[in-house]
Amino acid sequence: MRTTLVIARRELAGYFATPVASVFIVIFLVLLGALTFNLGNFLDRNQADLQPFFTFVPWVLLLLVPAVTMRLWAEERRSGTIELLLTLPVTQAQAVIGKFLAAWAFCAIALLLTFPIVITVNFLGRPDNGVIACGYLGAILVAGAFLSVGSALSALTKNQVIAFVLAVALCFVLAMASYPLVTDFLGAHLPAMTDVARRIGVLERFQDFTRGIVSLNDLIYFASVIVFFLFLNTVILEARRAD
Amino acid sequence: MLARAHPRGQRGLILGYAGLGGLHRAAVAVFGRSGNRAGDAALIEIEGLTKRFGTFTAVDRVSFTVPRGEVLGFLGPNGAGKSTTMRMLAGFVTPTEGTARVAGFDVQTRPVQARRELGFLPEGAPTYPDMTVIGFLGFCAGVRGYHGAARNRRVEQALALTGLEPVAVQPVETLSKGFKRRVGLAQALLHDPPVLVLDEPTDGLDPNQKHEVRTLIRRMAPEKAIVISTHILEEVDAVCTRAIVIAAGRIVADDTPAALERLHPSGRLDDVFRALTTKQAA
Repeated sequence: MRTTLVIARRELAGYFATPVASVFIVIFLVLLGALTFNLGNFLDRNQADLQPFFTFVPWVLLLLVPAVTMRLWAEERRSGTIELLLTLPVTQAQAVIGKFLAAWAFCAIALLLTFPIVITVNFLGRPDNGVIACGYLGAILVAGAFLSVGSALSALTKNQVIAFVLAVALCFVLAMASYPLVTDFLGAHLPAMTDVARRIGVLERFQDFTRGIVSLNDLIYFASVIVFFLFLNTVILEARRAD
Repeated sequence: MLARAHPRGQRGLILGYAGLGGLHRAAVAVFGRSGNRAGDAALIEIEGLTKRFGTFTAVDRVSFTVPRGEVLGFLGPNGAGKSTTMRMLAGFVTPTEGTARVAGFDVQTRPVQARRELGFLPEGAPTYPDMTVIGFLGFCAGVRGYHGAARNRRVEQALALTGLEPVAVQPVETLSKGFKRRVGLAQALLHDPPVLVLDEPTDGLDPNQKHEVRTLIRRMAPEKAIVISTHILEEVDAVCTRAIVIAAGRIVADDTPAALERLHPSGRLDDVFRALTTKQAA
């Protein structure tokens, strides 16, 4: 556990040692703000909730989370530091979880820095802050799910662009899995998978949270997605360690 | 056991080369050493190690052992399988066949324990470029289970040992090639491991730095089992007590540097190296 945290701390410090952290956070906040106020009609709706804000959170995460994860393993592979990291006395799982936790903490920091919008809505009206807290919990879980997908794909290649594009594509499919875009396609080609797809859509699960519902089903769902892709990550790493 | 550790024809030289090393080994044999499960057995044991990439055999049934007090020079042309062998020893590359043990721990079945006993300098001495020297070494110490004061002491010792104090707070990416190599070396020495595997430790160093690193290796030699790979044949004479020449994945010679030199009429290691490795390739 302690080893995992040492790895996580190094990784997280790495974000802030380079412009990655500031660029990411600024773009994340500007993008979310612009979408919420313009496309989301945050003010014109005259309602004291964060519905328009949370509508855009998964989409912004979909675009920006793979930008965080693309370097996780691809960069280690390209620079050769993977050989250093994996010949230290750490297990593959410790390295994978350490890196994931760092990326997750980083995304949580970015999400929490959207707090002015919570202040705004509290200043203008009397929102249900419990629902808002649920929404944030959901957003952090969505970020975790996307991060685990991106991390696993980053272990596949030493090319960061490939890691990014693959992660955006797979996260998009996962997000939309319960929508007709995906289910219609599966219905036509792989009918057996349609029912599975309806149950694994990230967006639909997230909407429960934004309505203020935290169900055990949804929590287990997100935990399963994260554990599954992190496990996949260690398997990929084991198989392609030295390539 | 002794015969396996010192192949025939070598024992005389090993006794002759370093009286102190011999004394140390005797002391170790009497008092034992905590954490060394294998007692006085060879610290590095490689058995029939083979690595195939598709149809290409990079390393072909390589076997050898290295006892404490020995500095093994690993020689061979580029692509002969030196780095692959060392990576298998460090548990980074999974062998196709055979296995290796570090201080008695199998690198495949007990990888974490084996790596605790091992200091490994990967080829090219990779480090995290954004980190400062002190931050990087602190990270390595933390992963190796040192925290607080013990961690700072380890880092300071490693800095002193490799002469890195002047650049301790600089980011690694701003350092010269020689300093970067020494950062990698410091990382390998940090936890004072009984086994050192160094892939080209003096590559990119200037003559003075090379001399320092060789002195350092010689100073540590009695305590440890050390494997270094190198292209520089003079280095073998300077620091190694034994040399293995590898060509096309196979061991073609395994002897003391002095005995190897006698293999060619000219008595020069360069000629021996050329004769051994070009014959194999043809």
